This record gives sequence, C-alpha cells and structure tokens, in this order.
Amino acid sequence: MSEKSREFWRWREYRQTVPNMDWHEAKMVTAGVDIGSVGSKAVVMLDGELYAYSVMRTGGVSEETAIRVMNWALEGTDLKTKNVHCLVGTGYGRVNVPFAKRTITEIACHARGAHYIYGPTVRTVLDIGGQDCKAIRCDGRGKVMSFLMNDKCAAGTGRGLEVFADLIRVPIEEVGKVSLNVEKEPPPVSNTCVIFAKAESVALLRQGWPKEKVAAGYHLAMVNRIIDLLMRVGIEKDFVVTGGVAKNTGIVSRLERNLGIKPLEPKLDPILAGAMGAALFAKALYEKQIGLR
Amino acid sequence: MQAHYGYKDGSGDYFIIIDTDKCNGCGKCVEACSYGVLELIENEFDIEGELMVAVTEEHRKKIKYSCGPCKPVSGERKLPCMIACEPKAITHSW
Repeated sequence: MSEKSREFWRWREYRQTVPNMDWHEAKMVTAGVDIGSVGSKAVVMLDGELYAYSVMRTGGVSEETAIRVMNWALEGTDLKTKNVHCLVGTGYGRVNVPFAKRTITEIACHARGAHYIYGPTVRTVLDIGGQDCKAIRCDGRGKVMSFLMNDKCAAGTGRGLEVFADLIRVPIEEVGKVSLNVEKEPPPVSNTCVIFAKAESVALLRQGWPKEKVAAGYHLAMVNRIIDLLMRVGIEKDFVVTGGVAKNTGIVSRLERNLGIKPLEPKLDPILAGAMGAALFAKALYEKQIGLR
Repeated sequence: MQAHYGYKDGSGDYFIIIDTDKCNGCGKCVEACSYGVLELIENEFDIEGELMVAVTEEHRKKIKYSCGPCKPVSGERKLPCMIACEPKAITHSW
C-alpha cells in the first residue's frame, strides 16, 4: 500500500486459541460477544477458563458482525456456535446478537471482566471504548456499585485517537508512545469536542509544532476529560483501565501521573474485559439453568 | 448501585442519579414526569432481571433542558419525580 493511501487509524484485528485445551472435556462451554461501537470482541470459555477469542472492527450490520466475530474466535477448532451452552451479548450492539440467551450491559460486563483479569482487589474500572468512556466502581465480587457513562461526545475516546493518528500520520498502535517523546508537557488542546480538538491540532501543526508535542497536548486533553468523569464516581484503589485505549501508553501513563495512582498491569488483553465478563455471566446463567446454583 | 445518567459539559454537571438498590420498580416517577424523561427497564446488570427506572436514551444527552421546566438553574423546587418516589431513589447532581 502506498504511503499516501495508508490508513494510520486502522488497528490490527486478531484472534487466538489457548493451546492444550479440549472443549470436549469441558462441562460448561460459555461465550460472550461484545459488539462495541468501533470494535467487536468474542470470548469462549471452558468452565470459566479462557479458550478462544477474537477482536475485529464492527461492521455496518451488528447481526452480521456478531456472527463473524464468533466464527472467527472458533476458527481452527471443531467447536461450533451451536455447541456453546450459553452465550451472553453485551456492548452497544448487544440487542442485535442473534444467538444470545440474554443481554447484559457492558458496564456490568466490564466490572465482571476486570474482576477476572485483575483480581478481586479492583475497585475502580475505567473503560475507554471507541465512542464512550465509562467510570465504574465495583465491589470485591465484581458487582457494580456506581457507574457513569459519557457518550455525549467523542472527545476522550478511542475514535478520537484514531482520527488524531490519521492526522499526524502515525500508526494508532504507536501514537501513545510518540506522545511521550517530549521533554516538557505542552498545554492541552481543547477537550470539549473531538472536531475542535482536531482543528486545534491542525493549527498547532501549521505553526510548526513537532507532531510529538501536538500528540502530547492531545493526549493530555483526553486525560483531563477522563479524570473529570472519574472524579464524579470517585477513585479507590485498585484502579484499572480496560477497553481498547488501555493499550495506549500515552493515556495510561498520563492518568497515572495526574491521578497519582498506578493502574494495575493486565494479565490478559484488557480489550477483552467486556466479552470476558459476558462469558462469565453466561456461565452463571447456565449454572442457574441446570440447577447448580 | 448508583446509576448516573447524563453528562458533563462546559456549563456544568447534569446527572440524574438512581439508587437501584432503593428503586423498587413501582413506576410512580415515570407517571409523575410530564416530559417522559424516565422509563422502566429490565435490570441488565445481572442475570436476574427485575424492573428498574432509568433515564430514556432520548433524554440522556439533554437532561439539562428536558428537566429544565421542573428544575430551574436558580432556586430549589420540589421535583415531581422525587416527590413520587417513596423509597427516595432519585437525586439530581445540579
């Protein structure tokens, strides 16, 4: 692909099957499908242990995406969607997951998934998704105690970062790292609207600011906005970040610096938290159904 | 659970906070609100789905204006939804 037509915002889609696991031996095969506004995730669990997952971009039709992401997670295995005992749908497009037994909000799923990934000490979960940002407080069992969602505007979300990556022509995976490559933090750009933030970045680039410095200003604006939201529900240790933006070191390290709290290191891919929570809810639902609880 | 529905913008914080542990799903606040801001939905936060009150999708991003007639920026007034709610599950952030 020529440099000119390269899509810097496009992140890599991926899948994985955990080796040395056999679904035939599992008592409970459960799955979670998280149809987000930008990315869709599917997780398959065997007796509550991660077996396979996939992450891809959400297409125009949620039903189709749900089928594709699920089939891709199961690729290379002889497990079929019909063999899954229970499947829960979550995320923005959760009502459109065709084979779901039940839908559960992504807020509850992220809390549950974060509890699984990071352990029971998690009290504050910040999910920075494609088009919204959620601050969640949870208890030691991964149950939501308080939440707040900002989906009024895209400033401070993954999609805003995609737009920005394309603007400064840096691949989305590296934009966070690039933003840390400054000696001193510049003032933040406008943080009320993603379009204004982009316009301001364009103006700064035109003034001759290096792209690292503009990136730092953009990331700082995002972090300020996210912290504003977090303050409403309050922050209690341990603090974790989930969702696609959790992979952006520019955001995570600035959150740590400005909040003075270090987020826990994820043991598993934090983008999967929602789908994983859904798969765990599916397990609980199936246990209830067969009379185990 | 404290469910915050609303947003923050340049002029302030606009959230309706519903304590879902107190909310019994009676729906009296839904009837009391003349602007259709509230609705009864199935609780999608756990595998047991009971009814609970939430702010409708339509009003979530404009409650400063939707709630404006009952709740002027200056001065306090008793809100119909809060009066109707016996378990006192509804609060406003502004």
